[in-house]
Amino acid sequence: MIAQEKFVIKGKNTEKMESISRPSLSFWQDAWRRLRKNRAAFIGLCILTLYVILAIFAPILSKYSYTAMDAHAMNARPSLAHWLGTDSTGRDQWVRVWMGARVSLSIGLLAAVINMCVGAVIGGLCGFYGGKLDMIVMRIVDILYGIPSLIITILVMMVLGKGIGPLVVAMCVVGWIGTCRFVRGEVYRLKEQEFVMAAKVLGVSDFVIIIRHIIPNIVGMLVTNLCMAIPGAIFQEAFLSYIGLGIAPPNCSWGVLAKEGIAYLRIHPHEIFWPAFFICTTMLALNLLGDGLRDALDPKLRGTE
Amino acid sequence: MAKYILKRVIAAILTLLALITIVFFLVRLMPGEPFTNPKLPPIVLENLRKYYGFDKPLWQQYLQYMGNLLKGDFGYSFHYTNKTVNYIISQTFPFSADLGIRALCLAISFGLVLGILAARKRGTKIDFFCVIVAIIGTSMPDFIIGACLQYFFGIKWGLFPVAKYQGFKYTILPACALSFYTLAHVSRIMRASMLEVTTQDYIKTARSKGLSELRITTKHQIRNAIMPVMTILGPTVAAVLTGTFVIESIFAIPGMGKYYVESVSNDDYSLILGMTVFYGIFLVLCNLIVDIMYGIADPRVRIGKK
Repeated sequence: MIAQEKFVIKGKNTEKMESISRPSLSFWQDAWRRLRKNRAAFIGLCILTLYVILAIFAPILSKYSYTAMDAHAMNARPSLAHWLGTDSTGRDQWVRVWMGARVSLSIGLLAAVINMCVGAVIGGLCGFYGGKLDMIVMRIVDILYGIPSLIITILVMMVLGKGIGPLVVAMCVVGWIGTCRFVRGEVYRLKEQEFVMAAKVLGVSDFVIIIRHIIPNIVGMLVTNLCMAIPGAIFQEAFLSYIGLGIAPPNCSWGVLAKEGIAYLRIHPHEIFWPAFFICTTMLALNLLGDGLRDALDPKLRGTE
Repeated sequence: MAKYILKRVIAAILTLLALITIVFFLVRLMPGEPFTNPKLPPIVLENLRKYYGFDKPLWQQYLQYMGNLLKGDFGYSFHYTNKTVNYIISQTFPFSADLGIRALCLAISFGLVLGILAARKRGTKIDFFCVIVAIIGTSMPDFIIGACLQYFFGIKWGLFPVAKYQGFKYTILPACALSFYTLAHVSRIMRASMLEVTTQDYIKTARSKGLSELRITTKHQIRNAIMPVMTILGPTVAAVLTGTFVIESIFAIPGMGKYYVESVSNDDYSLILGMTVFYGIFLVLCNLIVDIMYGIADPRVRIGKK
């Protein structure tokens, strides 16, 4: 019989086993780390930041006003005086592009955020409480979902008139439905999971369950959805402005600029080029960022490279 | 299966009812009124209103409109006097349908081929090409694609006519412009679903049976991978349809989209109402057909979940 003390466990250091080898990261720190590693998404983020900064400061710093016409410099090519040339009434394109960016970007963001909030609240309530409320709302949502949203948007625009406010309202009338369906499904699924049941058994109130357990679990997907919804809203704004609803002159947006540019496509192709260029690069940047966010915020991919 | 179809049909009818009601009251809410000519004497104005039924209460007008719709009568246009909405639709819809069908065929066939090739030759030049197409398709609005095609192929190189719609050569540019977004979308989804299918067990089985690669792709992969593409067919038809609004006005094609945009700027409310309802019925029917087709194709639905 060999005494117990004579045994030594080799290759096992009980103190080291319990020590934390890496600094612990919160969910958002980890997401940010993974987003930075994704080169395409990071480039997208840089382009967007640049555009936002330019949209804020370029019109202030330029010596031209976006409404000032100049009869001596109509349809000018890009030059040192007018960096991107001028339009058919001699207005400086550089200033107009960034004034347009203010309108287009803010409409895109505003419409997407409102749609997300409304959709998330309605969808969340339906998913969490279920019952009669859920049944009624979902019937309405199913019916509205079948209606082409653009048609409703156009008609609401015609009732409300032109402008940024009506445009956002018109986009939000049916825009929340997608988010609502998606959030309802997610909440419904989460509600059945063990951690929520545990919280319920421990006597946690519904409000705290929603705040502490449900929302943190869907917020990543919501952010991704938001990022993917902004290009859609900018597209819609451009489309509506293009067909003559949307923004009223002399205000401009990228859609208005593109519409004005297409009229002179044959003689002055540079006038369509710049608005087209900025619309496309913004869409591209947002899509790349959205893809990156989806990977970065997916909890299943957490900790992987 | 019959239960599934019945459910879909009822949902479609409800959607249509809601759509027509919403559109009718929205159009009535619009500012302005149809007879604005200041030269009209009051008595004529009154007679006109009576003739078109504007003197009745709104709910009676609504019931009357619904009744007329059931008979297939969409009403009159205010701007193009003496033309009924039915006449305008019958004159313009063939152009739009022609363009839309060409664009859809182009988008689906090229999109599928591109997606399949990209998935089979993953990481090669053709895969890269597919990614580029997808990026262009999702980040360029269709009016910009239309303008680009028009500028380069029409004006600069003079390969195709710039506008109008009078023969095969005229259809190429607008159909390409219209199909681009959908093509990109279809190819991306097809590529993703082909790659997903590739790792499934039945592909391994097929391979171990010694089937040729061509046979595996055509017999096993494509058949299973095509389902997700079918689910986006409904939204796709809607995308092509709204695309016609701008493409037709860029290329000066006398289709419904161009008339719709014009009636928006003319404040021609009755034409807007008629065309919107027509579009709505058309889209709801398309969605219904896609849903039923999906039900027939998907064995899980076909055999019937209770």
